[in-house]
Amino acid sequence: MKNRRSPLAATAVIFMGLVLSGGTYAAANAVVNHSNTSQAATQSQIDEGKKLFLANCASCHGKDGVGTSAAPTLIGVGGAAAEFQVDSGRMPAQASGPQMQVKPKQFTDEQVDALVAYVASLGTGPAVPTEEMIAANGDAVRGGELFRINCAMCHNAVGAGGALTEGKYAPVLSGVPNDHIYEAMLTGPQNMPVFNDQNLTPQDKKDIITYLKYLEANPSVGGYELAGLGPVAEGLFLWILGLGTIVAITVWLGAKSN
Amino acid sequence: MSEKTKEHRYDSGLAVVQSGTVKDPGIEPHRVRMTDKSAKHERNASRQVAAMFIASALGSAFAIYAYFAFPITTELGSVRSNTFFLGLGITLGLLGIGIGAVHWAKTLMPDAEVSEERHQARSSEENRARAIEIIKLADQESGFTRRKLIRRSLYGALAMFPLPAIFFFGDMGPNPTDVLKHTMWRKGTRLAKDPYGTPIKASDVTVGSVFHVIPEGLEKLGADKLEEKAKAAVLLVRVADGVLKETPERAGWSYDGIVAYSKICTHVGCPVALYEQQTHHLLCPCHQSTFDLTDGCKVIFGPASRPLPQLPITVDAEGYLVAQSDFNEPVGPSFWDRSNN
Repeated sequence: MKNRRSPLAATAVIFMGLVLSGGTYAAANAVVNHSNTSQAATQSQIDEGKKLFLANCASCHGKDGVGTSAAPTLIGVGGAAAEFQVDSGRMPAQASGPQMQVKPKQFTDEQVDALVAYVASLGTGPAVPTEEMIAANGDAVRGGELFRINCAMCHNAVGAGGALTEGKYAPVLSGVPNDHIYEAMLTGPQNMPVFNDQNLTPQDKKDIITYLKYLEANPSVGGYELAGLGPVAEGLFLWILGLGTIVAITVWLGAKSN
Repeated sequence: MSEKTKEHRYDSGLAVVQSGTVKDPGIEPHRVRMTDKSAKHERNASRQVAAMFIASALGSAFAIYAYFAFPITTELGSVRSNTFFLGLGITLGLLGIGIGAVHWAKTLMPDAEVSEERHQARSSEENRARAIEIIKLADQESGFTRRKLIRRSLYGALAMFPLPAIFFFGDMGPNPTDVLKHTMWRKGTRLAKDPYGTPIKASDVTVGSVFHVIPEGLEKLGADKLEEKAKAAVLLVRVADGVLKETPERAGWSYDGIVAYSKICTHVGCPVALYEQQTHHLLCPCHQSTFDLTDGCKVIFGPASRPLPQLPITVDAEGYLVAQSDFNEPVGPSFWDRSNN
């Protein structure tokens, strides 16, 4: 029992080593660019990103991001896809499986920016949205309608998430940062379809973000939500608690007093 | 009372009574309650009952207080506290009276066990003879047996009365209209985005995209808008080159990797729209029917028994996606004369 270790421990140690060496390497070599605007990617950022990429990503995505049998090519996926995957902690992947999990973020903000700049430099693709594009100051009513038509079938009408086929699932949307919501719609990560700007215009995407943020800020008017999971969870709750109470009262009514 | 019960002793009639059956165990021995044995317990029980009634009164008073303290304002969250606290007060008001009354009856009111036996179903000989007498008198007075013409014409009227129903119920047979077999899609109808009706260009649909589609003009319909939408809803997807496995007769139904399928499940009609971009599975959220979008939307899992109907599409001169015709078959779940033309 002394040597009990998670099978992932070895992976985690190697991984941390990679991140540390990559990080130190990058810190030693590159001029860290503190500006948060990814539009103005400098050559030094791209160089730093390339080093991080070779240390952390290239084993699956291939040298220069051309892809291998284990992972797709990153040429042309754009900075938005890179920021969504790396900033949400999905990438670098921990293990293969039906779906990449959200983990604690593995890089500093500067390192993420560098990786985004590098991936964006590989080929033309959707760029990281600006602060104004992701601000939750659109029309929540319109966003709600668009959300119910385009997103709710997988993510649930209030963004509570849901199951897909063969172990995959649509994640919970509550608490997801605005930029990740925008980038997910724009790039279609993993099994999520793409909602390009012709399908959902930037204004549509802004309205959807506004709706999701409205849901987070406002409790359900109908009482306790039971995680918003819908009729199955509500039915089970009533079957057990409601019917249980009725049975208990019936037993009490029929029992003789002591 | 005991005299009367004896008179109506249960008669087994024609039933076979077996010897050695379980004997009537009678009433279980009376158990004396604590409230009957000890004055202290009786006092406590009466205090408990009174406490429940007082709790009820407090609950009702709280409901009045809650009405004023938690009003419904323009803020939606106020509905939640209003209903919750009103409900809490009214619940306490009702439950207090109910629990108090039951507790009172169980602990303090007389608890003698009494059994009442069933009386016999057969009427007395006297009543039976009188009933026959009345029927005979009625026959005599009305002349039912004597007046043949009246009697036979009445039989005829009674026999005719149900016949119209045969024709009325005949309408439940083959559906007199064909609304279930056709949708709004016609040759040349543009595919438009749900809900605002913006037409879609083929170039808008990039690989991996999914569009929720209505026929152009649906958004302008009046009362029948939802009815038409329920039949005509379409899911539009573009897959990478070489992914589609198309049969020769459907080769011309897609456009450059773009396919359009009915969104209405062939099982019980839920909207099938959970599209997985990499596996190309289309999942129905109601009963987990799964369709393979690359292979004519055939069923690969779940209770649905038919593939989703496909909408043949092409592009018009301006590059907008248009339907070539209506769906190739009626959309949605099976109905009785689905296969008849």
